Amino acid sequence: MNRDTSQSKKFRPRLSLGPILYYWSRDDVFSFYQGIAEAPVDIVYLGETVCSKRRVVRPDDWLELATMLQQAGKEVVLSSLTLLEANSELSALQKICNNDQFMVEANDMAAVQMMSGRKNYVTGPSVNIYNSRTLDVLAKSGLKRWTLPVELSKETLTSLHHERPDGVETEVFVFGRLPLAYSARCFTARAHNLPKDDCQFRCLDYPDGLMLRTREDESFLVLNGIQTQSAKTHNLVRDIDDFIDLEVDVLRISPQSGNTEQVINIFHDCLNEKMTACDADIELQKYMMTGECDGYWHGQAGMDNTATARASIDKQRGCA
Amino acid sequence: MELVCPAGNLPSLKAAVDNGASAVYMGFRDDTNARHFAGLNFDDRRAQEGIRYAQDRGVKVFVAINTFPQPSGWSRWQHSVDHAADLGVDALILADIGVMDYACNRWPDLRLHLSVQGSATSSEAIKFYHGNFGIQRVVLPRVLSLKQVKQVAESSPVPVEVFGFGSLCVMVEGRCILSSYVTGRSPNTFGACSPANAVSWNETPDGLETRLNNILIERYSQGESAGYPTLCKGRFNVSGNTYYAIEEPTSLNTLDLLPELQSVGVAAIKIEGRQRSPAYVAQVTKVWRAAIDECMQNPDSFSARSSWLSVLEKVSEGSQTTLGAYHRPWQ
Repeated sequence: MNRDTSQSKKFRPRLSLGPILYYWSRDDVFSFYQGIAEAPVDIVYLGETVCSKRRVVRPDDWLELATMLQQAGKEVVLSSLTLLEANSELSALQKICNNDQFMVEANDMAAVQMMSGRKNYVTGPSVNIYNSRTLDVLAKSGLKRWTLPVELSKETLTSLHHERPDGVETEVFVFGRLPLAYSARCFTARAHNLPKDDCQFRCLDYPDGLMLRTREDESFLVLNGIQTQSAKTHNLVRDIDDFIDLEVDVLRISPQSGNTEQVINIFHDCLNEKMTACDADIELQKYMMTGECDGYWHGQAGMDNTATARASIDKQRGCA
Repeated sequence: MELVCPAGNLPSLKAAVDNGASAVYMGFRDDTNARHFAGLNFDDRRAQEGIRYAQDRGVKVFVAINTFPQPSGWSRWQHSVDHAADLGVDALILADIGVMDYACNRWPDLRLHLSVQGSATSSEAIKFYHGNFGIQRVVLPRVLSLKQVKQVAESSPVPVEVFGFGSLCVMVEGRCILSSYVTGRSPNTFGACSPANAVSWNETPDGLETRLNNILIERYSQGESAGYPTLCKGRFNVSGNTYYAIEEPTSLNTLDLLPELQSVGVAAIKIEGRQRSPAYVAQVTKVWRAAIDECMQNPDSFSARSSWLSVLEKVSEGSQTTLGAYHRPWQ
């Protein structure tokens, strides 16, 4: 199924859409996924992963969306909260893990524990799988697919793939602002001088997060409630051949408030050789709000952008 | 309640032991521990000497091997586990699942603690590490309120250790990669946050500037005292306001909460600061030893003495302290 046998034997990764990391209105979430139902994405992750106070989309709503997307032919995965603090959050997590309809993405070891030995599961980028022995332990407990932690490089994934356990798929975060940190403190509430317990749901005002700039006015980080993200968009479209060579099963695109479908289409066309990676890269420039980066994949600082250095090579190849 | 104190080098270890630590924690001289700083930590000879010094005086020694190995470095972590076991330490403080799996299979009698870098904030997460690797204690991340610490302590299969004093991570430990985003090196991969090799200090007409891999973290006006540019503790601009958008340069101090921590069943208090001086270790250990002793004797009438607090304030980052996440309004 993963392989395109009609034209060649070439391995072709599938595309996934990660969970919405921001707080959008219920209407916006529903209309977003109506669009996604038609988009050429194979896997859709659904659910709140950042803040348990974000409840305009209720658990039943998520299930309704999940059913709708499944009927549209998508593989649906329910995503779970990343930082668990209150007992109420554990109860909500238990319900998600106990569902018998959909696969669950664990974003914390509590979710892994709840599903260990009971059902198959997926891990998101915040579950720390840095080496083969860790991957083996989790594979034995039911891990079916894991997402490479975003700070790890091509070199590390290459080594991990030499010893990848049978039946375990790999996913890589290839497009979107990077999730970098989680805190007990809500930075969006703090920016409004509000306590977290009375945050007035200010995250609703920032569909792509709240920009944090250095005192030299450089866009640096994005505050998204208790989560901190990169201001730059992580873009690995130029590295698409790496993912084919390494047999990375799934490439993850992270939702943004605008143009997510266009981004999906570009990656889809690129994977289906309707567009070169160079042209895809040029197209994607329009959809990155405050710069781009790809350093992590290349073993550098995450904020680095190797594109500049590689531009001359691309030029020699007759691209760009 | 045990008092677990930092030992960045032999003089600090002795200072902790001499001033009343129940246990000390240390690391080897490489990226296998989360205080991988130049000139810090223990080579083989110093480790042997330190362990003997502590254990002869009834003080336990824990070794932190609490970073996350990638395939290219795996053997170094494996060697550190074997080396610590050979040295006869009292426990290993581990974060990585693979390392824990190795340690519990290779050294089944060796006591394992889950490091704060293991990022377990709930009893369910702790159960994973207890069930799979037999960990016997967990160090809780600095993200829980007092009420939440109580809930975890009550339902955890193993005793909990919490941070009492020292530099404050505002992000949940083990899942913060801000440092590698800026510098390529994070606590997880390299054992250091905002590593010194990426830091630059520049005197400019606008004031003293500190940068991390050229990103402006802080600019001090005349008369302001400058601190290390830990990237989450700089002043940034959000919506036109310049302020400590993530956290002020401040230290955690929970001395006031000691009776509550004791009553909710916390088994050990950890002092942060392996990178600090032996004088810091001596002063902080002495204060906390006195406080814990008094709290054990008179939990109902305990109150933190002003002399203790003034000692702790003097050695705090930015000379200020906070209750951090234990205190809900901080969040």
